[in-house]
Amino acid sequence: MASSDALLPISAREEDPLLSDGSRSDPNAETHRRRRPVKGLLAVSFGLLFIAFYVALIATRDGSTRSNVDDAEIKSDGTATATSRARLAGVSEKSNDQLWKLSGDRNTVAFSWNNSMLSWQRTAFHFQPEQNWMNDPNGPLFYKGWYHFFYQYNPNAAVWGDIVWGHAVSKDLIHWVHLPLAMVADQWYDANGVWTGSATFLEDGSIVMLYTGSTDKSVQVQNLAYPEDLNDPLLLKWVKYSGNPVLVPPPGILPKDFRDPTTAWKTSAGKWRITIGSKINRTGISLVYDTTDFKTYEKLDTLLHKVPNTGMWECVDFYPVSKTLVKGLDTSVNGPDVKHIVKASMDDTRIDHYAIGTYFDSNGTWIPDDPTIDVGISTSLRYDYGKFYASKTFYDQNKGRRILWGWIGESDSESADVQKGWSSLQGIPRTVVLDTKTGKNLVQWPVEEVKSLRLSSKKFDMEVGPGSLVHIDVGSAAQLDIEAEFEINKESLDKILGDASATVEAEEFSCQKSGGSTVRGALGPFGFSVLAHESLSEQTPVYFYVAKGKDSKLKTFFCTDSSRSSFANDVVKPVYGSSVPVLKGEKLTMRILVDHSIVEAFGQGGRTCITSRVYPTKAIYGAAKLFLFNNAIDATITASFNVWQMNSAFIHPYSEEAVRALSRT
Amino acid sequence: MKMIKIMIIVTMAMMMGTAKSAMGNIVDQTCKQTPDYTLCLSLLNSDPRSSSADVVGLGLILVDKIKALGTETIGQINVAYKTKPMLKRELDECNLRYKTIVEADVHTAIIAIKGNPKFAESAVVDAGIEASICQGGFPEGQSPLTDSTQKMVKICDVTRAIVRMLL
Repeated sequence: MASSDALLPISAREEDPLLSDGSRSDPNAETHRRRRPVKGLLAVSFGLLFIAFYVALIATRDGSTRSNVDDAEIKSDGTATATSRARLAGVSEKSNDQLWKLSGDRNTVAFSWNNSMLSWQRTAFHFQPEQNWMNDPNGPLFYKGWYHFFYQYNPNAAVWGDIVWGHAVSKDLIHWVHLPLAMVADQWYDANGVWTGSATFLEDGSIVMLYTGSTDKSVQVQNLAYPEDLNDPLLLKWVKYSGNPVLVPPPGILPKDFRDPTTAWKTSAGKWRITIGSKINRTGISLVYDTTDFKTYEKLDTLLHKVPNTGMWECVDFYPVSKTLVKGLDTSVNGPDVKHIVKASMDDTRIDHYAIGTYFDSNGTWIPDDPTIDVGISTSLRYDYGKFYASKTFYDQNKGRRILWGWIGESDSESADVQKGWSSLQGIPRTVVLDTKTGKNLVQWPVEEVKSLRLSSKKFDMEVGPGSLVHIDVGSAAQLDIEAEFEINKESLDKILGDASATVEAEEFSCQKSGGSTVRGALGPFGFSVLAHESLSEQTPVYFYVAKGKDSKLKTFFCTDSSRSSFANDVVKPVYGSSVPVLKGEKLTMRILVDHSIVEAFGQGGRTCITSRVYPTKAIYGAAKLFLFNNAIDATITASFNVWQMNSAFIHPYSEEAVRALSRT
Repeated sequence: MKMIKIMIIVTMAMMMGTAKSAMGNIVDQTCKQTPDYTLCLSLLNSDPRSSSADVVGLGLILVDKIKALGTETIGQINVAYKTKPMLKRELDECNLRYKTIVEADVHTAIIAIKGNPKFAESAVVDAGIEASICQGGFPEGQSPLTDSTQKMVKICDVTRAIVRMLL
């Protein structure tokens, strides 16, 4: 049954009934008025007007002063507002770690970026437009031999704004050619932004795209679009459905809390079902709609899921994973061998969280396997423990994989972004599967095709004693693929485990709070220092830290320490990371992709992933080096690793020749 | 008829009075949730639009203040080139930083406040950083822009708090 919500007038002509004249045009009342004493009725109608007005005021006031969980934090930080000119006052820890905190003391000299430093920052093999701002990945899909990638793009500046859909195609998810913009803000229902959306393949192989438009009144609505010509493998042109918007915010949902529709999946009743993130007060929720034609929808009374105190859920993603097979599944797959993932991007913290659970198709609901780490709770699982947001998966029917895209924003100042003329990257696409060994987390890994960029390789095997640093000579060190295996010597392990008095560090340790890679423990930290200057004045260590945990077990942490990655004082330099499951008999493994200002680290085959943005000022070009280090106090590490030089992906601007060249690969 | 006229006037006066005080309360309530209540009040009350604005409107008023202060500071920088030519390098840096505030940060904040506030938050936070960086470039005690940059940092703090209410 068509939702009456679709008839709600959200056009430019809408009037708020409460603000218009409170009197009603009721012909009977008019004639009655002429018969009754004028005075009394006037008094009554003024009284009603007065009341209606007062109610409207109260309603508006309540709407504007929604209770703010951050009150306490802001007040306490407010009193701590120092006049230190080098510290941004009032920025509470509660708010996003990944936003600005100015480093250094009050006398820090302003950092001046020159063109040489800035142009080095551009990546060689990560997806980015030729210039300007990019954010969320949109509608990724594979069609007629091409991988398509769409993205939020500002054609006019290196900061967010004027958002339209950029477009690019590739045969292998690595070598891209940019195409003309797919959709621009040319309708009233997306005048303030052509925002994020997802693609669905219909049974006949055709494609529908659902996306969020920010209307001319900044109301968030969902719109339908489809390729103008399905015979064009490049899908250059898109048509917006004449009946847009197909969905508007339902009752109880605010006009700015309704965005990022997912790919649809088939229900057992044969309908298509989608979910859209939102919130009610501070509870993050995911609304569910059924449709047969993508034009009219039926909103379910139930939510897919909700979690209190998580704030707005953006970019919700919902998909099945196999419990037993290491392969991707089409979004509509269901069955006893399948679990379902609910993922959401938390607007408040800019962190993507996911949880594994069970989907109930009969009423469109989902329950997590472990409610203590439900979606959006600060301790719940993340795809990535670094800079990684607004991510989206798609089913690659070409190779039977589920692939994850993630927006990697900048960690430098907007001034530098404007100076260098661009902002943001996409991570290297990753395959996503359930970890069949632990059953409790996903495993991600850069797509196989990235290996096609590997040029020369060097293999190393070495034993590294406690407190050592070894320069690994690989020539140029700004474009690397490193795969490494580590073993801690048995004696050190036995010593720590056998010593009952050795402190149980693991319960207190966290990458973020334990001081970074210079703080030495018995069994770590050890790993690689990338984008390192030979003087080590700038370096970015990626490492394992092994600590004694409860019950004489070891706990392993995987971290990236960007705190000394750059002299500059106007870049964000956190220590990122998390614990990583290590099963009995497994060696410690890590993979690192280094590509100028981005470092992507994968621990234990992708159980824990960390993306970092770094902006060295000296460890650039020929001065960027690679080191292996072992800062442990006791342990000797055996490291066995390969380092490959990585070629550029030569991402081309749009031309017919570029398309032809790629088609031949 | 006289009775009616009096009633009309009285009712409308009451409506106006309630309206003003109820609306005025939005400013008060909002400012209480920022790190600098006094500054917030003085900034908002100095703008007539605040009496009928919602939180988005209040945010936009403050972004306007950021823009105005940024523009004024660029003017001060231009004057300082002549009065303190030995600080040219530092002034160049500030020029760049303040241009970013006035052109990039303000522009993004205005668009984003209306529809996608998290981008407005990062723009406002960045504006405060750009101001701090500019100020930090001067040798101790030699900055001609100290008052303006300190004010900018404070305004950005307050604005950020308001933008976070929209998330």
